[in-house]
Amino acid sequence: MEKAQDQMEKQQGCAKGTPDFFRKRRRTDLLFAACVLGLFVFSSALTGFSLADGISSIPRALVWMGQNLIPDEQALTRLPKVLSRLYETAMLSVAVTVLAAVLAFLFSLAGSKTTGRGRLFPRLVRIVAAFFRNVPDVVWSILLMFSFGQNILTGFFALFFTTFGLLTRAFIETVDEVSASCVEALTSTGASFFPIVFQGVIPSAMSGLMTWILYMIETNIRSSTLIGILTGTGIGYLFDLYYKRLEYPTASLVVLSIVVLVLLIETISNRVRRAIL
Amino acid sequence: MPILELKHVSKIYGAGTKALEDVSFAVEEGEFVSVIGPSGAGKSTLLRCINRLVDATQGAVFFDGEDVTGLDKKGLRRVRTKTGMIFQHYNLVERLSVMENVLHGRLGQKGTLAGMIGHYSEEEKVEAFAILEKLGLAEQAYKRCDELSGGQKQRVGIARAIMQRPRLILCDEPIASLDPSSSKVIMDQLKEINQTMKITCILNLHQVDVAMQYSERIIGITAGHVVYDGPASRLDQETIHQIYQSRSGALITDRAERAV
Repeated sequence: MEKAQDQMEKQQGCAKGTPDFFRKRRRTDLLFAACVLGLFVFSSALTGFSLADGISSIPRALVWMGQNLIPDEQALTRLPKVLSRLYETAMLSVAVTVLAAVLAFLFSLAGSKTTGRGRLFPRLVRIVAAFFRNVPDVVWSILLMFSFGQNILTGFFALFFTTFGLLTRAFIETVDEVSASCVEALTSTGASFFPIVFQGVIPSAMSGLMTWILYMIETNIRSSTLIGILTGTGIGYLFDLYYKRLEYPTASLVVLSIVVLVLLIETISNRVRRAIL
Repeated sequence: MPILELKHVSKIYGAGTKALEDVSFAVEEGEFVSVIGPSGAGKSTLLRCINRLVDATQGAVFFDGEDVTGLDKKGLRRVRTKTGMIFQHYNLVERLSVMENVLHGRLGQKGTLAGMIGHYSEEEKVEAFAILEKLGLAEQAYKRCDELSGGQKQRVGIARAIMQRPRLILCDEPIASLDPSSSKVIMDQLKEINQTMKITCILNLHQVDVAMQYSERIIGITAGHVVYDGPASRLDQETIHQIYQSRSGALITDRAERAV
């Protein structure tokens, strides 16, 4: 009897702390939810956005889309033209990404903690990369338009700068993460910088680097559409043209073809990734 | 003349942490020395000061009569080719084959271009394969390293070090990540290399009993100071407790002794 009572008391003693703990947790959760809701209400009021109006206009939008955005016969006659522009855009993205990747890899070696020399230089590389990365590609293309005009080079450089900035950053992290141990080992054999990079760093980091490159090719096809609208080149130009001529079915054909292309690239890159790993 | 001599070596890391303080000892060619001490005592720093993966703040390290601390890049690389290193986490290029990792031992002795493209002579390949055969890894020679077990990976690490044709091998916790039977294989092979090839070995070890069983000489380090340097046979329980700053009965080795 006494033993049982003892145990009961013990359990109660144990449980004493728990309600408090859960009450606290619940309070934090409620507070967080209230904050999110408050933020939504505040920003809606500030911008004059109404959730009800937004939702109620969805059916109308769908009807409009159904009437205007289905590619018709006229749109299909323009398919060859669309495809040739699409091909051009895709090739530009691949070219930009590959070139930026080569340069970004060289920079990432200088910016990485394991392969970089000293403290100042790696930091400098990171700052330069951050600058190129954090200016949006659209801003780059507007800026570059002043120097190159409405030209394919403008789009090329706009994509190149952001890709370079982003890949440098991503490559630095990949190299840091993957190669510290083998760099140490190869250094201890007396190997010099370039053999260490080619025999240690590149094989270790290859799959990580490829994943980033493939991802950037996909991203660049998407962004090049938008940049094309600004610079009057590639598939973006075509979309802009038909859109402004109010040929919505053809414009939508352009959009659909971009979606198909991106999905295609994604499938290919998944295959490639699996083959490398 | 000793093959390795440390004279008043100190290492202070950036934040003012003293990793080593006035460490001096000499190692004769062909010795098998174990360094023991608690985690953070400076064992890894000590080994890395020898091949200058870490630069000593003060003092001098003489390898084969030559002051390593004063060497330029080229001289340092020459010394590193003569000192192999084995790591706790093996530090292999996991995505390359066993064979390629063993051949990496020769990278320091090649020109830049040959090293970059990984061009090795037929003799070097034969030699690498012979080393693998000796270590019982011939069947794994063309497998990728990430397919191997921990014990096999460490043997590849040993093979890479031997491929350098070193005079000294530094082993940083070579068995700390291995199970007892793989540990025995690794320790036996290191001992074998030491005896048949006359390669001097310096090991960092966590296992006091392993150190006492395999090495003639033990160096005990506590908080950056050498507190014991002498034959393994003279290392008594009291000294071990002094090295690990523990009370009697607080170490696993205490129980082992009671059982004996």
